[in-house]
Amino acid sequence: MSEERDKHWLVRQSTIRLLWRLGILVLIILTLGDLVVPRKAAFGIDGSFAFYSWFGLLSCVALVLFSKGLGAWLKRRDDYYDG
Amino acid sequence: MIIMTVSTIPPALILILGAFLLPLTVGNVRRAVLLALPVMALAVLWQVPDGPVLTFDFLGQELVPLQGSTLGRLFGTVFLIMAFAGGLFAMAQKRSTELVAGYIYAGSAVGVTQAGDLLTILVFWEGMAVASGLVIWAAGTAAAYRAAMRYMMVHLLGGVVLMVGIAGYAVETGSLAFVAMQPESVATWLILIGFLVNAGAPPLSAWLPDAYPETSYSGMAFLSAFTTKTAVYVLLVGFAGTQVLIYMGLYMIFYGLIYALQENDMRRILAYSIINQVGFMVVGIGIGTPMALNGAAALAFAHIIYKALLLMSAGSVLHMTGRRKCTDLGGLFQSMPITATLGIIGALSISAFPLTSGFVSKSMVSQAAFDAQMGAVWLLLTAASAGTVLYAGIKFPWFVFFQKDSGLRPAEPPWNMRLAMMLLAGLSIGLGIFPEPLYRLLPFAVEFVPYTVPHVLNILQLLLFSGLAFFLLLPLMKRTLTISLDTDWLYRRLGNRLGVLLLTRGGALYAGLRQFALALLGRGMALVFRYSGPKGAFARTWYTGDAIMTVTVVLAVMLALFFF
Repeated sequence: MSEERDKHWLVRQSTIRLLWRLGILVLIILTLGDLVVPRKAAFGIDGSFAFYSWFGLLSCVALVLFSKGLGAWLKRRDDYYDG
Repeated sequence: MIIMTVSTIPPALILILGAFLLPLTVGNVRRAVLLALPVMALAVLWQVPDGPVLTFDFLGQELVPLQGSTLGRLFGTVFLIMAFAGGLFAMAQKRSTELVAGYIYAGSAVGVTQAGDLLTILVFWEGMAVASGLVIWAAGTAAAYRAAMRYMMVHLLGGVVLMVGIAGYAVETGSLAFVAMQPESVATWLILIGFLVNAGAPPLSAWLPDAYPETSYSGMAFLSAFTTKTAVYVLLVGFAGTQVLIYMGLYMIFYGLIYALQENDMRRILAYSIINQVGFMVVGIGIGTPMALNGAAALAFAHIIYKALLLMSAGSVLHMTGRRKCTDLGGLFQSMPITATLGIIGALSISAFPLTSGFVSKSMVSQAAFDAQMGAVWLLLTAASAGTVLYAGIKFPWFVFFQKDSGLRPAEPPWNMRLAMMLLAGLSIGLGIFPEPLYRLLPFAVEFVPYTVPHVLNILQLLLFSGLAFFLLLPLMKRTLTISLDTDWLYRRLGNRLGVLLLTRGGALYAGLRQFALALLGRGMALVFRYSGPKGAFARTWYTGDAIMTVTVVLAVMLALFFF
């Protein structure tokens, strides 16, 4: 425990747990905001419920996975050009 | 006769000529000159009235080295703000090489924005290439020297392409005036390609992440502002509404994003990020509606400010720790809270978080795609905005300032560096809250209201869920000691290998080829000798009848061929 207390308050386990909980609460509130705030949609898909929430999340997952896949092909040790 | 008044002094020359005072001065005098030059140039820039101001005849062409315009004033203003902040940040550099080169570079960029003809643009364009190469060189390391050489190679090539295009354009139209054009002839295509090389467009885009990160701690902030954004300026003036730019821009957006996601070097992350952000501007230029062009111009203005801020915070870390790799960094917020906070403001701005300059500018480009009923473009831009949160909004500050505790406890950087970052952070937030002054500088009347309840809510949903994605995927984001191959591989590895091959095996290759060619020649001569030599078929005396028969057959064949 004493090791925990020596750490900066921001990186203690308890703080991180609190930040996760607060963050998720904020995400839920923002998504529910879609119920009360009307939005102009033009392409169909952007009119779906909580469009910006799920589209943001899925885009990021897709981008990370794609970049991982491409990385398997393109990544080299960072002294590649030094030799 | 030209009457010299304040309004006929080119602001570019103040910076370019003034830069030569820097090596002649020391201490506080140098500092005063350093800070006064951009301020003076800015004061003069705002005196330049719209339309041609200075004109003269050169080889039968009318040149306009100084011309006022709304767009030129916007870009010139932000370039000079940047020169001031960059000068302040770099003030303590012991040698003046980088400062002199940086100011000539900035001055040349201002010169492009105030030029009314293509030849003047070309002169400043090349000035930028040489001066920016010197900024990289000024880092003084062997890696920087080589990177500067590769950088110059690409930019001089781009300059040649541009020059050929301009010459062709002058022949075609009989005029050098820089006005809107269409890529419909070889000459205008070459001009477009020359511009795009500097924008960091494919396939030569690798010059940017190859060279910029090798500069000194202060050099990269200078470099991030001018080359790519003068390219945005000339594209805005010359090629607004050119459809191919939409696709080019989308490619740049995702190329920059994906490479930035793979990077381990914090400055290379930010270098790829420049291409990603310029992609947004290029898409806006391609869409070409007043809203899109306003968006591209506003985003360029905001981007210069927050990208320099990000690079200054990275530069501060580099200056204080000597390290650039995410794997070596982490936990720095404990001893560098000011740098961390200012870096986070830059990261929020590039993510287009509400109350930052990114929010009031980037949304305009998306909105323009939405209004133009470009569904696919709009969806891709929205996905890219989400992705920007990943690689720049969170990845950069997270791996540098938080992540694990690297054990490093560097002090905050010197006061001048902190002050430069505070200036830019203040500007970014100030413009985010009061965008009106920026909107008034834009080329078209602004009919865009950034702060509506649905817009703010939707952007917050998009950005915060992207943040969630980052922390959920954190195991996949673990940094490795790697780089990702880019198109510079073609000249750094493939070209290099071919060159070495030519040097080591060139002699044998030449000897072999020579022998082969001689053998071929000998055979050919033997063949000729066999038929046309003294005893050959063609040298024999023929009977007249045979000759007439041959001619008749040839004529008959000709006749048959003629009919069919």
